[in-house]
Amino acid sequence: MNNVMGLINLHENTVKLDALTQTRPLAAVPFGSKYRMIDFALSNMVNSGVHNVGILIPEHSGALIQHLRAGKDWDLDRKHEGLFLLIPTPRTPLAGTGDVDYYSQHLDYLLDAKQEYVILSASQFLCNLNYGLALEYHQKSKADATLIYRRLGSNETRPSDAVMLSLDDDRFITDMEIAPPQSKSRNLYMSMAITGRKLLIDVITNAMSRGGGDYVRQLQANLKNLRLNAWEFTGYTANISDVREYYRHHMALLNQAVWRDLFFRNGHIYTKVKDSVPTKYLSEAKVENSILANSCQINGSVKNSVLFRSVHVAKGAVVKNSIIMQYSYIGSGARLENAICDKDVEITPGRSLKGDPLYPLVIKKGTVV
Amino acid sequence: MQKPSCIAMLLAGGQGSRLGGLTRNIAKPAVPFGGKYRIIDFALSNCYNSGVYTVGVLTQYQPLELHRYIGIGSPWDLDRQHGGVYILPPYAREGGADWYKGTADALYQNIKFVDSMNPDHVAVLSGDHVYKMDYAQMLSFHIKKNADVTIAVINVDIKEANRFGIMCADRDGRITAFAEKPKNPQSTLASMGVYIFHWQVLRRYLIEDSQNMKSSHDFGKDIIPRMLLKKEKLFAYPFEGYWRDVGTVESYWQASMDLLGDDYAFDLYSPDWIISSENLALPPHYISKEGRVVKSLVSEACVVHGSVENSILFPSVTVEEGAVVKNSVIMAESRISMGAVVERAIIGYKVFVMQKQKILPDGPDDIVLHFSGGEKLDEG
Repeated sequence: MNNVMGLINLHENTVKLDALTQTRPLAAVPFGSKYRMIDFALSNMVNSGVHNVGILIPEHSGALIQHLRAGKDWDLDRKHEGLFLLIPTPRTPLAGTGDVDYYSQHLDYLLDAKQEYVILSASQFLCNLNYGLALEYHQKSKADATLIYRRLGSNETRPSDAVMLSLDDDRFITDMEIAPPQSKSRNLYMSMAITGRKLLIDVITNAMSRGGGDYVRQLQANLKNLRLNAWEFTGYTANISDVREYYRHHMALLNQAVWRDLFFRNGHIYTKVKDSVPTKYLSEAKVENSILANSCQINGSVKNSVLFRSVHVAKGAVVKNSIIMQYSYIGSGARLENAICDKDVEITPGRSLKGDPLYPLVIKKGTVV
Repeated sequence: MQKPSCIAMLLAGGQGSRLGGLTRNIAKPAVPFGGKYRIIDFALSNCYNSGVYTVGVLTQYQPLELHRYIGIGSPWDLDRQHGGVYILPPYAREGGADWYKGTADALYQNIKFVDSMNPDHVAVLSGDHVYKMDYAQMLSFHIKKNADVTIAVINVDIKEANRFGIMCADRDGRITAFAEKPKNPQSTLASMGVYIFHWQVLRRYLIEDSQNMKSSHDFGKDIIPRMLLKKEKLFAYPFEGYWRDVGTVESYWQASMDLLGDDYAFDLYSPDWIISSENLALPPHYISKEGRVVKSLVSEACVVHGSVENSILFPSVTVEEGAVVKNSVIMAESRISMGAVVERAIIGYKVFVMQKQKILPDGPDDIVLHFSGGEKLDEG
């Protein structure tokens, strides 16, 4: 994979997770009890042997940059190549709209790179995949770009912002629909693609000379001029398109098969390490069907829930079907059901809060209830 | 860069033979402890938290795992351009090679290293104690008393006093008598194996001791008694807090149990004195519907379907349905299979406890060390 670089585009403006994305970009949203969303995209690159990774950083990314730092936790703190944080500059009047402008702001990075191929990714699709297989497929098929997709399950509804791909028998793309009201296709584009570095530069500069736009729309517009094919990923994928999906995929993590697939399939998911302590269960602890990160202290009841690091559940407290983020404190006798507590939330003793599984209650960062 | 007022020399070469199977392949300071740590984490974290940023680690016995673990010191933020951690194993020189023949000899052989750092004071520490201590406070005591050596002391039970170096001190803290493991202890002030020396004074005694063929080259047995005899200024620095020498299976097990329960004796959670260690990239742990965990510590990537009480699970331990783990310590990546019972035991790394296997102590005070048996696991 020495011949491949990575480019992660975090200008994912379509996805909003209510209060969870009020203070941070989607990529910095905590996920899976100790990670942030970006960890999956970044770890997949690193686990596939990519060691030149640029990240297009969105605005308001304080938390994200503190998380990534110099890339040490992903072994990307290197003298040569490694991690590049591509900070946006204010848009010029000529910039047009769409993410191509952000790519073009950092064209030098792409021009200077030595790699022949680029893996493009966003952070919205969480999975544990090996790009090596997709790259091999891309090279053999001699396509200009290979888009990675997954098949929607039979009961699965199509997200409103979905990009759907229609394929011929050789998996070449015959049609692309962006956020269609209805579609016959079940092939959901995962915002991941492999393409040639030089071709990417061409697509970006051409688009910029015609008013910008989104990269995916450039592909759509050039469907006839470019050879675009698709590669299917069959592992577990969490598409975090809204709060309900965010909640649903956390509850899915309680299934051991999903836990293993997402955390071990092709390698470990790396994240910023902390000096955590093993989680402490006290004498009144009653925990079932839950996943917990380190440094929690549990003396109450926890059921069907996901607890992040350093969460306290006091004696007599009941946490059910909930997601509790770092440093939150559930006071004695408090009850919480179908809730998502952002970081540093305190539920004072005796309080009772309840959402619905289809409409979980989101409690804002730092709230004292 | 300012020259350091005090550097630390960490004695980490001991075999720890009283820990049995725990130290068969690794040095005592590298023995896992507390569900995530290695014993040496406590001394190294104390150094960092105390502002002692230059630490020489003297290694000898089974150093492979210990050297790998310490690396360039990054888990303790000791990977520095100036100072940081230095691994100091015995080495060959013109005219031959010597093992470290004792704790004092280990330091004697590294006089050049200490000189190159040019400190005023040297803290001599052990890599096999579990405690949190601010060496900076001890250093200011040492400087205020204008001491040649300051020895940290802790009050122990008179019945246990014969296991320690015991000293008598006057009202000012000046040490008047010292006896290593005395049969009839005259006091309950026990040495914690934490010393701060005035370097130039220690340097003189190390050279003198190296020429004494009768000496066992040990700090407690030779250097301290000699300094006392020569009427140097020895002071006792009283330490209050939790401190355990985990040199035996019993004390290791007891110190592990001290982390558990509602009234735990030793607190790892307070944010003002963090114990750092290697952090593995592992996912959270999972407790199933049938799982039951009380009064225990559980680390990342564990999967618990059985019952765990008053025990410590290191990372990636699996406890299957119907298995019972009680008053035990289970090291990383071990598996307790269906229906197995483990009580008052220390289960080693990657051990496979078979279905319905019983690992129980012979007597009520015994502790079982279980480091093999069953099939070793091939995968993590």
